[in-house]
Amino acid sequence: MNEEISMNTESKVSDKAMIEFIDVHKWFGEFHVLQGIDLTVGKQERIVICGPSGSGKSTLIRCINRLEEHQRGRIVVDGIELTNNIKNIEKIRAEVGMVFQHFNLFPHLTIVENLALGPLWVKKVPKKEAEEAAMVYLEKVHIAEQARKYPGQLSGGQQQRVAIARSLCMNPKVMLFDEPTSALDPEMIKEVLDVMIELAREGMTMIVVTHEMGFAKSVAHRVLFMDFGKIVEGNTPVEFFEHPQHERTKLFLSQILH
Amino acid sequence: MEQAVQAEKLRPPVTHIGVIGWARHNLFNGVFNSILTIVTLFFLWKVVPPLFRWAFIDSAWHTTGQACRKAAGACWSVISMNYRFILFGFYPYEQQWRPFLAMMILFGLLFYSRDRTHWKKPLAYAWIIGLFTMGLLMKGGIFGLPSVESTQWGGLPLTLLLAVFGLTAAYPLGVILALGRRSKMPGVKVLSIVYIELIRGVPLISLLFMSAIIFPLFLPEGVTFNKILRAQVAIILFTAAYIAEVVRGGLQAMSRGQYEAAESIGLNYYLTMRLVILPQALKIVIPPTVSILISAFKDTSLVVIIALFELLKTTQSVLSNPEWMGFSREAYIFVAILYFLGCFSMSNYSRKLERELSRRD
Repeated sequence: MNEEISMNTESKVSDKAMIEFIDVHKWFGEFHVLQGIDLTVGKQERIVICGPSGSGKSTLIRCINRLEEHQRGRIVVDGIELTNNIKNIEKIRAEVGMVFQHFNLFPHLTIVENLALGPLWVKKVPKKEAEEAAMVYLEKVHIAEQARKYPGQLSGGQQQRVAIARSLCMNPKVMLFDEPTSALDPEMIKEVLDVMIELAREGMTMIVVTHEMGFAKSVAHRVLFMDFGKIVEGNTPVEFFEHPQHERTKLFLSQILH
Repeated sequence: MEQAVQAEKLRPPVTHIGVIGWARHNLFNGVFNSILTIVTLFFLWKVVPPLFRWAFIDSAWHTTGQACRKAAGACWSVISMNYRFILFGFYPYEQQWRPFLAMMILFGLLFYSRDRTHWKKPLAYAWIIGLFTMGLLMKGGIFGLPSVESTQWGGLPLTLLLAVFGLTAAYPLGVILALGRRSKMPGVKVLSIVYIELIRGVPLISLLFMSAIIFPLFLPEGVTFNKILRAQVAIILFTAAYIAEVVRGGLQAMSRGQYEAAESIGLNYYLTMRLVILPQALKIVIPPTVSILISAFKDTSLVVIIALFELLKTTQSVLSNPEWMGFSREAYIFVAILYFLGCFSMSNYSRKLERELSRRD
């Protein structure tokens, strides 16, 4: 991905926080995976999180929609506090969409059915309407002709685009991406990143865990580096890549930018 | 060009194609296989002609018992002269058209339900009406049909009754137990484990005994439960425990990603299970599930232990008649054929179902 996408990354970040992490800690048994995370993500802000394996980046975003439970600290999503309260969790999940590394499409349903499932059963939208809306999103990710196929019949890049469309069907306010292109063959990475860039153009709040630094440079408002459960450093893409402050950041960048 | 155009297409040698080729490749390829083939052919030559003669040529088809004993071959008369009792048990002779009609309705509904595109609302109504009609036919008491108490029901209708209701009720109960066992709520989990382990720890016969003998002791004076109903419940509870474990295996095989994707979209537990997890998990475990159902079908024969005259027991009763004593081979072959037809159609259907469902992959 070598194009310079001119993305207006200075403006459009409002003051109202979309997601707040306040001194968040998490343990997996004895392993202290998140060690005091403080983070604020504004509306329409786009954050890229990078870092070595085991640094806690996936865990961090999975805490946002309660796929993982934090043990200490507070997480607030769009003003709703994330606690054990089921109602809050459901409200938050309705506003947060997630795209997984391994797509996680439902293999026993057609593409259209995959997309319409959420609106149909959670939002109680009538079937015809749900399917029509699904087709709109499939058009958006340029995959409408595959609507009646099953996930197993699609390539990885196509499946991931369907996964993105599936999350969008629920009209989320935030989109979380957990290494969306890491399981794809190189020639398919571009098609997925292109969809994500279009999403960014439309002003979606996005948090992306990825190793695709080209994407980070062109789209992100901020790039964060995580290591050993802490956010070591975070800055605008220009500053981050050209003037990294910490040794660990410099080491990591030298390893992945080759 | 080196390749000369050949004037005549060369065919492979005759010993490598056609019947001879097939025989050579499959039956005689190597010393061990050749010997095996010869031994098998010898065995077949020894067994099949005498068997054929016994079963079809020297056999008696519609005679009395004494005439049968004189015949050298099989005595199929034991079936042809007693089929009414074997099939219908003690059901009143003149009224036997009723269980017959009930079975025809059942077979019709089952056959129509094979095609999954038929699984719509009208079919559900058809089943409800059908079951109601079957019950009416069997029991009678209205519309001018003389009443026939359930104590007189027997033979094939009884086997089918116990099997059909048993299997259709055991399956959802088994699924619920499997979900319960994997539940995060400790109470539900413990109850499910206790149920499954207790039931799996005892043979079905002991459950039937308990239902027939011990259970009535706990009931207040004068309250009785239909014996068939008790046997039915025992069969359901028993089969459900086994189905629960098989379904649990299927649930464990599901990747976490499916649960997580469903949660991210906002599906609650019930919707996640119903729309995403169970359709996949149940499909994976179709083979062992069908095994359990086939076993359960055959296990209905165990109700002889509580003096219910299902198909096997009626056959045994016929054989205890002095006239027909000693022809157990023929009688049991007949019963075996009936059981085989039932079990084979179930496994056939499961193969068909699996083929249909794997078209998605």
